[in-house]
Parts: sequence; C-alpha cells; structure tokens
Amino acid sequence: MTQPEMPILESPNCPLPIADRGQIVLGHGSGGLMTHDLIRDVFQSRLSNLILNSANDAAKITEAPPGKHLVISTDAHIIFPLFFAGGDIGRLAVCGTVNDVAMLGAEPRFLTATFILEEGFAINELEMVIDSFAEACQEAGVELIAADTKVTEKGKSDKLFISTTGFGWADSNLRIGGEQAKPGDAVIISGPVGNHGVAVAEARGNLGFSSQVRSDIAPLNHMVKALLDAGLDVHVLRDPTRGGLATTLVEIARQSGVNIELDEEKIPVDKPVLKTCELLGLDPLYMANEGKLILILPTNQAEDALRIMRSTLYGEQARLIGQVLEPSKGQIWLKTPFGTTRVLEMLAGEMLPRIC
Amino acid sequence: MTESPTNLRDASLTKAIMAEIRRITTQAWNIMEICGGQTHAIMQYGLDQLLPPEITLIHGPGCPVCVTSLQAIEQGLQIACQNEVIFTTFGDMLRVPGNQADLFSARSQGADVRVVYSPLDSLKIANANPDKQVVFFAIGFETTAPTIASTILTASKSGIDNFSILPANVLVPPAMHTILSNPANRVQGFLAAGHVCAVMGYHEYLPIAEQYQIPIVVTGFEPVDLAAGILMTVQQLESGQHQVANAYPRFVTREGNQVAQQIISQVFEPVDRQWRGIGTIPLSGLGLRPEYANFNALSRFELSETPLNESPLCIAGKVLSGVAKPLDCPAFGKDCTPTHPLGAPMVSSEGACAAYYRYHRTRE
Repeated sequence: MTQPEMPILESPNCPLPIADRGQIVLGHGSGGLMTHDLIRDVFQSRLSNLILNSANDAAKITEAPPGKHLVISTDAHIIFPLFFAGGDIGRLAVCGTVNDVAMLGAEPRFLTATFILEEGFAINELEMVIDSFAEACQEAGVELIAADTKVTEKGKSDKLFISTTGFGWADSNLRIGGEQAKPGDAVIISGPVGNHGVAVAEARGNLGFSSQVRSDIAPLNHMVKALLDAGLDVHVLRDPTRGGLATTLVEIARQSGVNIELDEEKIPVDKPVLKTCELLGLDPLYMANEGKLILILPTNQAEDALRIMRSTLYGEQARLIGQVLEPSKGQIWLKTPFGTTRVLEMLAGEMLPRIC
Repeated sequence: MTESPTNLRDASLTKAIMAEIRRITTQAWNIMEICGGQTHAIMQYGLDQLLPPEITLIHGPGCPVCVTSLQAIEQGLQIACQNEVIFTTFGDMLRVPGNQADLFSARSQGADVRVVYSPLDSLKIANANPDKQVVFFAIGFETTAPTIASTILTASKSGIDNFSILPANVLVPPAMHTILSNPANRVQGFLAAGHVCAVMGYHEYLPIAEQYQIPIVVTGFEPVDLAAGILMTVQQLESGQHQVANAYPRFVTREGNQVAQQIISQVFEPVDRQWRGIGTIPLSGLGLRPEYANFNALSRFELSETPLNESPLCIAGKVLSGVAKPLDCPAFGKDCTPTHPLGAPMVSSEGACAAYYRYHRTRE
C-alpha cells in the first residue's frame, strides 16, 4: 500500500506548529499528533511499565493486600529554578510525594502525575527533568501508572509545574502520626538540616557566592521500611520540609499536646550550611529539607533505631537530638550550649536575610 | 577574619566572662546595645539569662527597617505601584506595614518589587531593563551607606540614567544624643555596634562619652564578643569611668575605613531625618549632595501626600529609644505578631519585638 502524497504547504503563516522544534509549543497540548509524539518520545521512553504502556484513560491497580490499608498523598511542585545543586523538579516531584506516603508507615507503590508545560519551555530541559523523575521512581521503587500533560500559553505558567499523587500500602495495625508523640519518647533526626533551603537560595542567585551546598532530596521509604521491619514501635515520622526542623517539630508538639526539648549542640548542621546561614542571618533550623525525617519513638528503642538508620543510604548521620517532655500546649525548648534555653516558634512567613 | 565564629561561640569562655561580670557587679546598671543584630544574638543564645540580675540590657534603635519613617515607606509604595518601575529593596523591608499596605501586598497587586542583597544588584537590573525606571530603597545605617554611595558613583560614571534611590539612610551618633538627652533616659552605658564602627571608626563617640559621662564599648556579634563588651562596660561603670573602649579590635580601628567614609561624604551630606516612632532628629540622615540630586527618586516621580496613621496600640517609639521593653506593650504577641505586625520592630530580623517573639516566649 502506498502512502498518499502529502500536500505541500508553503504559506509563511503556516498554522501547523513545526513538529521538530526544540521547545514546547501550544500544539503539544492539542491532544493530536504532536501530543502523542511528545508523550512517546519524552515520557514513555523513560517511564515505561505495563500499566502505563496500556495507554488507556485510567490505570487499574490491584487492591491492598489483606491486613493493609491504602495510603494516598498528593502534592504540587512549583520551584524556581527548576535545576539546582543536588536535584531538580523531577526528583523533587517523586521524592516529595513518596516521602509523604512513607511518613504514615506505608510502602509507596504507585504515582500519578500531571505535567503543566509552558509554551516555549525547552524540550531538552524537559527531557532532563523526566530522566531524573524516572531515576527517582526507580530508586524509590514506585511506578508511574497514570499521567497527563497540559500546555499553557507563554506567561500563563512558569516553564514546568508537576503535580504528583502517591499510593502505597500500610500495615493496618500501625498507629503512626503527628499526634502520637508520648512523654519520655526520643526525638531523632536522620541527618544534617538546612541543605535544601541553602542550595535553592544559591541557585536563585541569592547568595552572591558559592556555598558548595547540595540539596538533600532523597526518597526515604527504604529507611522507613527498615525501621518498621525491625519491629520498632514508631510513634511519629515526619519530613521537615518547608519551615524546617523547628516548624515541623512545633506542629508535632501541638498535635500531640506535649513539650519537646532539643539539645542545640546535637542537631547536625553541615559546616557550609552553618556558615552561609551565619553570613545571611538565616537559621538552619528553619531552612527546608527534602531528604530528612524526624523519628519519634520510645527512648529504649532509640539506640536500635539509630543503628538501623545509620546503615541506610540517607541515614548515616542520624542523631538523637531531644526528648518529649510532659503533656502541655506544645512548645519546643532549645537548650543552647551556654546552658540557656529558648522557645522555638513556627516560621512566620518567608525567611528574609538581614540587612547589615 | 582571624578567628572562626565557632571559637567565638565557645560556651566555656562565654560562661567564664559571664562569671567575671557577676563577680564584679555590685549594683544595678542599664546597658543599651544599639544594634538590633546584637539584640537578636543576645536572645538567640540566651545570654541575658547568664547575666546577674543587676544588669539590664536595653535594646536600642539599631534596626534599619524599624526606624525608616512611615512617610518613606508610603513614598516607596507609591513609586513601586507606578507602571514601568522596578522597585528594589532589602528583603526585610517587604513586610513592614505602611498606612494600610506593605510591599508584599503591592507585589501581589502586580507591582514589580524585587529583593536584592546589594544596591549593585539594582544597578544590574537597571542595566538589563533600559526601558524601566529602577529604584533602590536606600535604608540602613552607616553600614549600607558606602555600597549605596559607590553604586551611585558607578551609575553616574557609566551614565545609567534609569537608576535612582529613595534616600532613607540614618546615622547612629545623632540617635545616641537623642536617647541621652531624653529626660526619661535610663541608659548608663552603651555597646556600640561593631559593624557601624568598622566603617566609621569610634572617634565620633569620644565627645558623646565625655559630654554625657557615659562609657561606650565597641562590641561584636558573637557570644564571646558580646560577653566581653558587657564586661568592659561593667568594669567602667563599677570604677566610675566613661571611656570609649574597643572590644572588637579584630574589625574596628579608631579611624575606621577611611576609603568608605570618603565615598560616603562624596555622595551624601547630613540632613534632618524622621525616625519612625522617635521623630525628626537633626542631621541624622544621609541626603544626596546637589551634584547627585538627579539620583533622588523623589525628584523623578509625582507623589501625592498621604496622611500618616500609625497604629495607636504600637509603642515602637518607646521600644526603639529604650524607654520600654517589647513585653511592656499590651499588643505584644496578641494584636501584634510577626504574621500581623503593627509596627516595624515586630517584622525585622533585627527588630527587638521580633527577637522577643522568637526567642523570649516564656515556658508555659
């Protein structure tokens, strides 16, 4: 069978977008040939799996195994710039949602994603993002089972927004949550804090110098699984993202109705993070993290928990940083190295550097 | 820098200096730390808790955004909201309340307000946007003045005509005169701001120490620096002296940075200036000299007079002049919080009220 001959269009105002140009054009959102090509070449080539490959309008997944609950979390990822030392929006979109699912003690299994593309966004940058999205899925052990792309006119969005929803199974008997911290519990952080916040500030050109700090973005589900497989009585798991360690702990203290005492000297902060924060008048305890978790569990299990965390990829520098005190309205007390204490509050708004 | 900040945070050294302060203190003394950065450091490390009860630290006016007048903020808002303007400012200024709005809300209404870390960044923005007027909100003490002055010199030399500043810089010594000549003054000794003295030296303080018979000690920002500055002040108070002393010699000399001073006086001259909550202090601000008057944003934009309404609850003026402490304010932590500030000291990372809110909430 011979192909019908294509008509030759020579009009200078050709209404058809040019298919092979290196950036997103509105035609990529048409639902037609260009959309299919974009999905095939950029997405399916990198994120292939049986469910996604079926190319239906929805994904069928198996029901939760007996004794397990379905756990769902959703998150929209908007970050400027898209690329920064240690990660990009692709890795962030996977790890952010995977970690939220894991913080309820669940094993994340599936993701769905929506990619909002701005007209004019470079396709090679999109490919870089999807490469790292796929790599993070593989590392976390999750499959992308449904996805959508939309294209906005230039100026109606900003290059690329990614919204992801994560699904996982959790043991039905688990009682993990921000309201479960009990007096006498130990408070553990899985590693040094503040790296993501500093790395992103630097990528925004806000520092005026190179801090050498890399974002800590990482999937934490394997660490969580190791802790639960060991049979530890985990009370609280939470990743201290926006607002940092201090804000997240205030949330937990209020939810649980307990005071928490932290030992400032024991909180791990990398030197370049500390120096950058000192210079700009920022506080590492309020800087964002994307690959750290706070673990609260009975003090007599703290040593076991630390040993397990330190044997995992992202928990080598896990530290015991404080303890849960008596029931109360929920305050965080920080013991300084000077033997004084101060109360930590939530971050009020954007953290702004000082003037002189 | 000869010593790393880590050594200057040595807990045992700080505690040893504090023990010496306790040993020599025989009566009550009120000491003002002028700089808001010092207030925050004192609160952050809880150094006030280590002092003997006789020593009271009074927080001074050294918070640039706190003392920037309401009028200047309203002028900034009006300029920022004009078409074809990019308004650039240090980040702290964004949340400071004007009459009704702050720069954050102007930005959400579509004004092009950008945070910069240096006025030189504003000049870069002006270079990259020749069709826009780029205005820099020139706030701060003697510390920010040299960079602002040198930015104006650069703009002048390279003929960049779409850059201007909204002048609001203020000077420390006139404010010390105002505090000391207030009949309600309680201050008996000063910790002078190390960063300001690094630029200006400390010779300007000699006549103040003499006139008011008050010890002034140039002090840094790390725990060991602050403890040493307090100790040297208490030593003088206890022995009846009133010298200007330097507890920050690794950065500060008597004459200061003379190149920086020369640049400041080339571009600026002392003018009367409004301090928010305090009032007009004669010759306490830096205004552009006539040869650089074309860089004054006020001469480039038509601005309307707006009535200036301060919150009747806010006692910022008393706090800034050391007459009251943040906890004396009935609105503190209730009507006035960092999320809903009534006055600038609750906003700034150098404001005394923000320091109290952040570090000094009592255990409940």
